[in-house]
Amino acid sequence: MTKRTRWLMTLACCTVAAMATPAFAQGDTEKQLEKYRQMMKDDPWSNPALLDADRGEELWKKPRGPKNVSLESCDLGKGPGKVDGAFAELPRYFADADKVMDVEARILWCMEKLQGFERAKLVERPHPGGGAPVKELGAIATYVASRSNGLKFAAKFDHPKEKEVLALGENLFFRRMGPMDFACSTCHADTGKRIRLQPLPYLSKPEEARKVVGEWPAYRVSTTHVMTMQHRVYDCFWQMRLPQVELASDASVALIAYLVNTAKGGNISAPGMKR
Amino acid sequence: MQFKTIALIISVAGLATTAAVAQTKPKVDPAKADAAMKTAFPKAPADWHPRLVGDETMKDCSAHRNTPPQALAKTIRERAKATIQYPPDGKLMGDWKKGEALAQSGYGMRFTDYPPKRVNGGNCYACHQLTKQEVSYGTMGPSLLEYGKIRKFSEADTKIAYDKIYNSHATFPCSLMPRFGANNFLTIDQIKDLTALLMSPDSPVNK
Repeated sequence: MTKRTRWLMTLACCTVAAMATPAFAQGDTEKQLEKYRQMMKDDPWSNPALLDADRGEELWKKPRGPKNVSLESCDLGKGPGKVDGAFAELPRYFADADKVMDVEARILWCMEKLQGFERAKLVERPHPGGGAPVKELGAIATYVASRSNGLKFAAKFDHPKEKEVLALGENLFFRRMGPMDFACSTCHADTGKRIRLQPLPYLSKPEEARKVVGEWPAYRVSTTHVMTMQHRVYDCFWQMRLPQVELASDASVALIAYLVNTAKGGNISAPGMKR
Repeated sequence: MQFKTIALIISVAGLATTAAVAQTKPKVDPAKADAAMKTAFPKAPADWHPRLVGDETMKDCSAHRNTPPQALAKTIRERAKATIQYPPDGKLMGDWKKGEALAQSGYGMRFTDYPPKRVNGGNCYACHQLTKQEVSYGTMGPSLLEYGKIRKFSEADTKIAYDKIYNSHATFPCSLMPRFGANNFLTIDQIKDLTALLMSPDSPVNK
């Protein structure tokens, strides 16, 4: 039995044990969950998302697509093919696309422009269903993010277009919409709140944003796959009763820019592991 | 004369502050935000488009980050009051048992909820503590334990509870709570059931 398998079995047992005790008082439940989170942190090799990061690295290096080229000529902001530390400086403005892009928007752009993949197909069903592994683009994003692990968020947001996107992101964060009148800020603009038993981070507060934003993309135990930040935003919009937000849309990139800027200086520990 | 000078200084200082704020926080043209939202959801069917743009009340609340100035708060409150519809027979309480089931259910109106398999739920437990039995409750809203008992099951408070569920802004302008009745998320009968959950002496909320 490999170390990873053994760990996963321990994790499965703990999860079952935690789930089988609904009568736990609030404090106890929190303590158990914290213990479980700590176990995941104690053994960084236990995170199944690392498999996706490996898959992403292969996909990055392999010649693919109608043009049969690798992504090694893709410029993530630090020069073609430079992956190390690139994620820490995203989102940023890219002159070739005349757009501000986050990691997923940029990979999508490279897959389309360099490899010749059809954008429409890549954005058609960009996120995995429960149990299915993260899609190729998401695996590549996981790889790219993992190569900034240990660094701090340092996107500058000094270009006029970057400032514009940031302002839009902030505006959208507080924008109430849909049949339940929700905004991102409904759940994420106060400290110490919970939805059911799930603690909610105060994402417009730097101290709290720094703790959580750097964990994405993350392996989600409840859905057993890696969820990227674009997927996370898509999921929030689903909960808000809005339609399906398109991968790498200006609105989702703007929201991610707002989150990353709020988390500026926070540690990147991607891929993380979530409930 | 002196008064005028002071007033001038104050107004200049005021302008300077406004300018500084405007510089650090560039205002977003509402049309631009609307356009960004519209293009972000290319698959949205036409009848979903209104969901991407809030109504007047939501625009007011978003612009003021849910703390509207007094005059606007009054406008929002009046606007909300006008939306509330009451059952024709005037009975505001239904079946608390149905209300408890609605309080547990978060079903309805997500893009994965079509065609609907069940009725929409109120999902009250997501944000409120209601009964001692249910330990999985959220804390976004206040605890509603013993809601009716504390209010001595009064008729006036029954109406207040019904109104809050129907359109919370009639009581708290820019409340974070969904406008369940005004937005047609729940029916009048469902709101009656939830009112009973809060106000009935038999309800587990009051035990």
